Amino acid sequence: MTLGARDLVLGYGGAPVIEGLSLQIASGRITVLVGANASGKSTLLRALGRLLRPEAGEVLLDGKAIATLSTREVARRLAILPQGPVAPEALTVRQLVAQGRYAHQRLLRRWSAEDEAALASALEATDIGDLASRPVDQLSGGQRQRAWIAMALAQQTDLLLLDEPTTYLDLAHQVSILELVAELNVRDGRTIVMVLHDLNQAARYADQIVALRKGAIVAAGPAAEIITEATVRTVFDVDVRIIDDPVTGGPLCVPATTVRASPAGRC
Amino acid sequence: MISGLRLRLLPAPAPGAARTPLVLVTTALVGLATFVVTLGLGEVSVAPADVVRALIGQADGDGAFVVTELRMPRALVACCVGAGLAAAGVVLQGLTRNALAAPELVGVSAGAHAAAVVVIVLLPDLPTSVLPACAFAGALATSGLVYGLSWRRGTSGSRLLLVGIAVTTVGYAIVLGVISTVEDLIHASQLVTFMAGSVYGRGWPELGAVFPWLALLLPLVALSIRELDALALGDPVARGLGVRVEAARLRLLVLAAGLAGSAVAVAGPVGFVGLMSPHIARRLVGGAHGPLLATSVLLGATIMLLADALARLAFAPIDVPVGVVTAVVGAPYLLWLLVRGRTNPE
Repeated sequence: MTLGARDLVLGYGGAPVIEGLSLQIASGRITVLVGANASGKSTLLRALGRLLRPEAGEVLLDGKAIATLSTREVARRLAILPQGPVAPEALTVRQLVAQGRYAHQRLLRRWSAEDEAALASALEATDIGDLASRPVDQLSGGQRQRAWIAMALAQQTDLLLLDEPTTYLDLAHQVSILELVAELNVRDGRTIVMVLHDLNQAARYADQIVALRKGAIVAAGPAAEIITEATVRTVFDVDVRIIDDPVTGGPLCVPATTVRASPAGRC
Repeated sequence: MISGLRLRLLPAPAPGAARTPLVLVTTALVGLATFVVTLGLGEVSVAPADVVRALIGQADGDGAFVVTELRMPRALVACCVGAGLAAAGVVLQGLTRNALAAPELVGVSAGAHAAAVVVIVLLPDLPTSVLPACAFAGALATSGLVYGLSWRRGTSGSRLLLVGIAVTTVGYAIVLGVISTVEDLIHASQLVTFMAGSVYGRGWPELGAVFPWLALLLPLVALSIRELDALALGDPVARGLGVRVEAARLRLLVLAAGLAGSAVAVAGPVGFVGLMSPHIARRLVGGAHGPLLATSVLLGATIMLLADALARLAFAPIDVPVGVVTAVVGAPYLLWLLVRGRTNPE
């Protein structure tokens, strides 16, 4: 499974958000798109997941332009979870996750043993088997996000695209969702592309970071190479110091200026 | 965010697939009992056992005639109307992800009604069986209009309702304008009754006009139920799952217009059945659209039967339009929804 983009021009009718972007996603790795607000990272992810049709250029899935494939065919190879999805009222976790099987079903071949197995393994991977009969709208934010990820997993694709999967979650749930994503990558070898807001989380979980600024790629590569004071200043317009993450040894970035740290020091 | 109104009506437990068969059987039995009992009620009173005997052809005489030839066709029309409006409500609420989307609230019923009245007045010789097709055209035109005016930017509850009110107002203006040209007063008063929503005097011809539509469209909706389930998760999620979003939405919209249009063609714009039935069903079987559709259809038919029985009996011998009864029950319900429901800030 390979996913890439060639000479992409993306926009929403007005001035293009992204102009002439090319990119190759590393197979079997976690790629994280980072950038300031309105840098085009979510737009790029939506285009990679064929939720947004390019104005020019193409997204290539296994070497073929994604626009020429049927959406059902795409859904069997690539799952995309948009940002902040809302489930209808009174839908159970099981009913939500089961919808991940849509692309594998046919008009007259509905729920099969294969579908049931995919559902069970998605619930197990996300550790929400005991919530299966609970309504999604009664779950906590973290559990709900797990249910949505389980739905995407039920598609049984090698490629998984996630748009800010940790938004609106408290720190504990953010960590648990990112650990889950890392596990899906390590255990099953899934290729994962996600948009993250937090640069340090990106540094910790990404094999490859793609940093965007104003719709163009500023830098792309492993965290250790990308997270530098110069790059972060270019991408986010903020001065930072980079120190070693005491847990992983990778880069950890902290803002360099604050009125609270006067040279005289404070108690 | 286009979640619209999200409802907390009863302190509902987790409704789920497991309960669905029980609910369906119970609802069907209640519906059947309602059918039998209400057929026996009226100026000529017939005991339920005799109604059953008449229905299976084991009785004759005046009572049997009243049941099978006078009351039954009207009751069956009421069932079809309730079922069609309820099914249209399920589809529209799922498509728009908005609990207020019901054919009578978003203007679809008004469009169907206006088209039907125009045809009735201008082409009086047209047979009843053609009316549903005309109403369907009117429903289709208004749903297209509502789609264009409110769907594109997400269907927040207030926006959808406002567009619905505007479209309904135009529809009624057309209807009143057309009725004012009618010189025959009896005909005009019939049209006004039709405007309130009524199955008075409906019989086999009307049943023959509405039933085929229901029999054709309900299975087609059932075949699109997975697409409806997916669209209820929002367009981006649905496309990610592999649904051809625009095609599926257009297909479901046409089906909803057909269901609402054929119901309105024979009974006028009966209010609130298309709103209430899916809500009650959602409390009973949850949000998956397969069980929801089946339960709503049964509930819609039952509600219409009950409402029409009330309409016949409450002020007998005056036959009140059934739409008045559904409005008396439904309007407070809608107000309650608006007050109790968590409205979307958008």
